[in-house]
Amino acid sequence: MSHIGTAGSGPTESLYATRQKVYPRAVSGRVRRIKWAVLVLLLGLYYLLPWIRWDRGPGAPDQAVLVDMVHRRLYFFWIELWPQEVYFLTGILVFCAIALFAVTSLAGRLWCGFACPQTVWTDLFMWVERLIQGDRNARMKLDREPWSARKVKLKAATHAAWVAIAAATGGAWIMYFNDAPTVTWQILTGQASLTVYGFFGLFTLTTYLLAGWAREQVCTYMCPWPRFQGAMLDDQSLVVTYRAWRGEPRGKLKAEGVGDCVDCGACVHVCPTGIDIRDGQQLECIGCGLCVDACNEVMRKLDRPQGLIAFETLANLAASTAATRGMPPSPARFEAGMAARRPPRLIRPRTLMYAGVLTAVAVAMLAALLLRDTLTLSVLRDRAPLYVVLSDGGVRNAYTVKLANKTRQVEAYALLAEGIPGAAVSVQNAPVDAEGRPLVTTRPDGLTEWRVLVSAPPAAPLRPSQPITFRLLGPDGRPAASASSVFLAPGP
Amino acid sequence: MPTKIEKDALTGRETTGHEWDGLKELNTPLPSWWLYTFYATIAFSVLWMILYPALPLPGATGLTGWTARGALSGELEAARARTEPMMARLRAATPEQIAADPELRAFALAGGRIAFANHCAACHGAGGQGARGGYPNLADDDWLWGGDLAAIHATIRHGIRNQDSEEARMSIMPRFLADGTLTMAQIHDVAEYVLSLSGRATQPAMAARGEGIYAENCASCHGERGEGNQEIGAPRLNDRIWLHGSDRAAIAAYIANPVLGVMPAFGQRLDPAVVNMLTVYVHALGGGR
Repeated sequence: MSHIGTAGSGPTESLYATRQKVYPRAVSGRVRRIKWAVLVLLLGLYYLLPWIRWDRGPGAPDQAVLVDMVHRRLYFFWIELWPQEVYFLTGILVFCAIALFAVTSLAGRLWCGFACPQTVWTDLFMWVERLIQGDRNARMKLDREPWSARKVKLKAATHAAWVAIAAATGGAWIMYFNDAPTVTWQILTGQASLTVYGFFGLFTLTTYLLAGWAREQVCTYMCPWPRFQGAMLDDQSLVVTYRAWRGEPRGKLKAEGVGDCVDCGACVHVCPTGIDIRDGQQLECIGCGLCVDACNEVMRKLDRPQGLIAFETLANLAASTAATRGMPPSPARFEAGMAARRPPRLIRPRTLMYAGVLTAVAVAMLAALLLRDTLTLSVLRDRAPLYVVLSDGGVRNAYTVKLANKTRQVEAYALLAEGIPGAAVSVQNAPVDAEGRPLVTTRPDGLTEWRVLVSAPPAAPLRPSQPITFRLLGPDGRPAASASSVFLAPGP
Repeated sequence: MPTKIEKDALTGRETTGHEWDGLKELNTPLPSWWLYTFYATIAFSVLWMILYPALPLPGATGLTGWTARGALSGELEAARARTEPMMARLRAATPEQIAADPELRAFALAGGRIAFANHCAACHGAGGQGARGGYPNLADDDWLWGGDLAAIHATIRHGIRNQDSEEARMSIMPRFLADGTLTMAQIHDVAEYVLSLSGRATQPAMAARGEGIYAENCASCHGERGEGNQEIGAPRLNDRIWLHGSDRAAIAAYIANPVLGVMPAFGQRLDPAVVNMLTVYVHALGGGR
């Protein structure tokens, strides 16, 4: 970041810093293996989830995970949500946000370094790039070369592969909103709607641009998370750190009186964001830990203890630094520094608070899901006319009653209204049961609407407004749902 | 004020030549991309004026011939074509058949609601709640001309007391005071008697005097006991529903000088399918028999 102009510089010096292209070198090791495993798992989930089938019976989509915009339903395996239940989605988002805070306070930027889509797809794109154009040095050489048939071929192959991955990514996105096999066939045969092609193109383009071109600039300039994730970290959180207390003073392998760092630059060469971890904590560091692998590889070759760069807490770093202050580079300094370390304290006010909120949200959402009504009754009173006086002096109110059935079973319910003595309930075009009560039926996974007339006899003691409760009785006579409204009458 | 073009020493840019209190204004030209965009919008507007109706002159339609009215009528035509199959079925069916068919009934209720708001609600009110001054409530259980589907259909189609339809519902109530048939005192007596038909009389002596007058002048249309006659649109007088006011003064005023309700013959204005939809909708408001 040394290219940013300072306030005192003259008007001719631009405040704009051109991006220094990053050429990360391939690396192998434990962190890299974990990153590959996470990458395969997450991409596999993303690409394959829409293809999982889940039988819901006739007339219902058989896709396990589906956001059906047209019919306004969200399907997730055995769960089916209606638009008014979007708070479950909100709950999941709240849960994920708190979980992100909790994980960050415990183990640092695990999200940024391992699970963030920007990191995962960038990693995949870099792998493709490396496969076609070669490793760091080959790529740097290729970029310096004048254009040739070979360079065009390599660059074109890289971008073609990127576009193919991006298209698969955009295509998979569409499948979460449409039946996967159908929409795939439609896209391939040119029969899909403009909306589908529009979103397909949008996500293809963003994937290609963000993972192929923008890369670490997304994390450094675009993403808000690095700006405030520092608030979740404290000195007990694991972060990728360079143990300067054993590495410094860095110097050539054969030099006298130097620390463990041989200044080989491996940690810088593998860094996907192009920083030097030895400069300390930096906003650009996504905590991917590839420098840990790179340094360990070098230390192994030199037969020195591993972990010169490691996932370490700032508290331990400070303790080691304090314990080794003034000591010359030696195995004794290493022993003293390592001995000063303490296991990170996992239980802290911060983590307890996150755990508490996380549990509360999880319990609340789970309870809401388990206790959610599958049949809801809603009553809307007619506003014009407010009431009708009948020829015998009785008063009638009309209501629109809606039955929302969230199951696939159809049932007939007896409808009754309580609160007005002697009131008669009638529903146009509905049959009545043995006791003369109107029977309203549900639709599988849908709404039924009924116009209900409630007539109070002339002798009923009516105030201008009185509460009325509608109840649905199931075939077994058990109350299935209820809703309240008011019954209006002319003044006494 | 100096007019010589000079260059600013620090930036190397020309100044505008204006100077205020030692401050000189740099001449910073508009960015070329901005200028070219501006020129492009001018070219666009010229092209637009040629192709589209942009001049406020009669007949200035532009080369494409596009008009907002044409676009609207095209959309209306498309909407009409979309509903036409259903409208044809509604036209062919009787109101009874429509009410019995769930699909037709649902369409008729939805379409009837809109048609009612367009053509009926001005007098009969939203939801058919009626209005003071002789506009009957269509949601109650009292009907002047009959409340079954056939009667409602005939009323909507031919209207009431109009010159448009041969079959319009016709009847008349004499103006008992203006015509000199009854005196105002007699009219108040008969009004009190009419109140007694629904058990609301408070002056037994007046009601007793009115009974004879009622039998002589009113019973032939309104019935012996005020039961009314839907054949001739004579309202029931022994219930609790009053079109022109329910106290003695209002009843007497009406007997003295009645204002007879009129209704257009909608069969001559509307598609038969719409008349059928209105029939089913009004019947379903709550009072249908």
